[in-house]
Amino acid sequence: MAVLSPTETALKPLLQVKGLTKRYGPSTAVSHCSFGVDEGKTVVIVGPSGSGKTTLLRCINYLEIPDAGQVILKGEVIGQRQIHKQGQAWKPISERALARQRQRIGFVFQRFNLFAHLSALDNVAVGPHRVLGLSRSAAQDLAARQLERVFLKEHSHKRPHQLSGGQQQRVAIARCLAMSPDLMLFDEPTSALDPELVTEVLEVMRELARDGMTMVVVSHEMGFARQVAQQVIFMDEGSIVEQGEPDAIFDRPQEPRTQQFLSKVLV
Amino acid sequence: MLDNIDWEVVQLALPLLTEGLWNTVRITVLAIVIGTLAGFLLGLMSVSRVKILEWVIAAYVDFVRGTPLLIQIFLVYFALPVIGIEVGEYWAGVLALSFNAAGFIAEVVRAGIGSIDVGQTEAAKSIGMTYRQILVHILLPQIYRPILPPLTNELITLVKGSALLSVISVYELTRAGQAVISQYFVPLEIYTLLALYYYVLISLLTRLSRWLERKVLAY
Repeated sequence: MAVLSPTETALKPLLQVKGLTKRYGPSTAVSHCSFGVDEGKTVVIVGPSGSGKTTLLRCINYLEIPDAGQVILKGEVIGQRQIHKQGQAWKPISERALARQRQRIGFVFQRFNLFAHLSALDNVAVGPHRVLGLSRSAAQDLAARQLERVFLKEHSHKRPHQLSGGQQQRVAIARCLAMSPDLMLFDEPTSALDPELVTEVLEVMRELARDGMTMVVVSHEMGFARQVAQQVIFMDEGSIVEQGEPDAIFDRPQEPRTQQFLSKVLV
Repeated sequence: MLDNIDWEVVQLALPLLTEGLWNTVRITVLAIVIGTLAGFLLGLMSVSRVKILEWVIAAYVDFVRGTPLLIQIFLVYFALPVIGIEVGEYWAGVLALSFNAAGFIAEVVRAGIGSIDVGQTEAAKSIGMTYRQILVHILLPQIYRPILPPLTNELITLVKGSALLSVISVYELTRAGQAVISQYFVPLEIYTLLALYYYVLISLLTRLSRWLERKVLAY
């Protein structure tokens, strides 16, 4: 494991993505993507559908195994270990070791993916209980606090199918928060929601950003990107075309492809 | 037509058939318990991602599906003594039915686990669960309801299959009926009674399954 010294870590971004590449057969979904996210910052990735945003995000916590490149979180390489100290040989780590790394990376899915047989409270508590080893009651106490944080205290006994999409997505966010992650990844968290339910989820995410959570968000919510993000990445055809501060990207895009995309979405 | 029925023989036959019925119930309950437990175990092993286990289970399921139950019953009955296990026809019958059911139930369990939305597995991975934890805490608790109808089908097949145990002289319902027939030669009456008995038995099983589906596994 490539662990950096404390001084080095302080200078490095919390998350570094280096040359990440993912292929499916002959087609390349993500091609040599590199970026960094400083602690407490929010990065929003935008781009046309099929541009590889979601694949890139899924590669960060190894839900997809990248074909090349590295993900480094707080100085620790995710999903790989070096066999020889000097050599360049990298091998996949064990399932157990990868699971331990994933505890530190929250992932919020477009389709919520709540556990259908568990109440909202137990959806949030199951991680702390089964993964972190908290007692059942301690895990439920923690879960109750996280549900309160996403304004769902009074719904904690309900099963996922009894909740609206917006409520389900907030439970999913609470489920991540209960693991105290270093980083949270959001994969189009509002795309599956009815329009009137989008605000409640974005509000929770704004709150998280204010509280200093480090976040990478794939989203079509340009207003959210402009207000909350410190950095916006524009992707097209698997590559990062342009990245910078929101105002720079939205008001003065340099690349023709960025200009073309924004002219379609910012009406 | 009812005039042609020999009611006296039917009255004589009833206690004999009841004894056979009782044996059929005992055998099938035992086989249901053993077969279901073994089927769940094999089903879980078939999704264990341990390649050698998966191959062995696949071969087993292939064999059970690819050969007639009647032949399997003979094989168990004649093969067990060869490997030094003397259990008699009763337990040979129970084991043959259990082995057979386990193969089919393993497939039902495997399909049940595969039917749970893959998104839940990804969510469980993302909070740091290992595959074993996902199987035990996320997938397994959710399959009981979807697999109940196909599982019930397999158990019904098992009850019907128990009639074949008559060929290794297990004194179950069908065998009891055949004994009465050979003594009094009233095949129509007795086979009609047998059909009724099996029908009632299987109806009870179906009702139990529906009740479980509605009351116990509802969420």
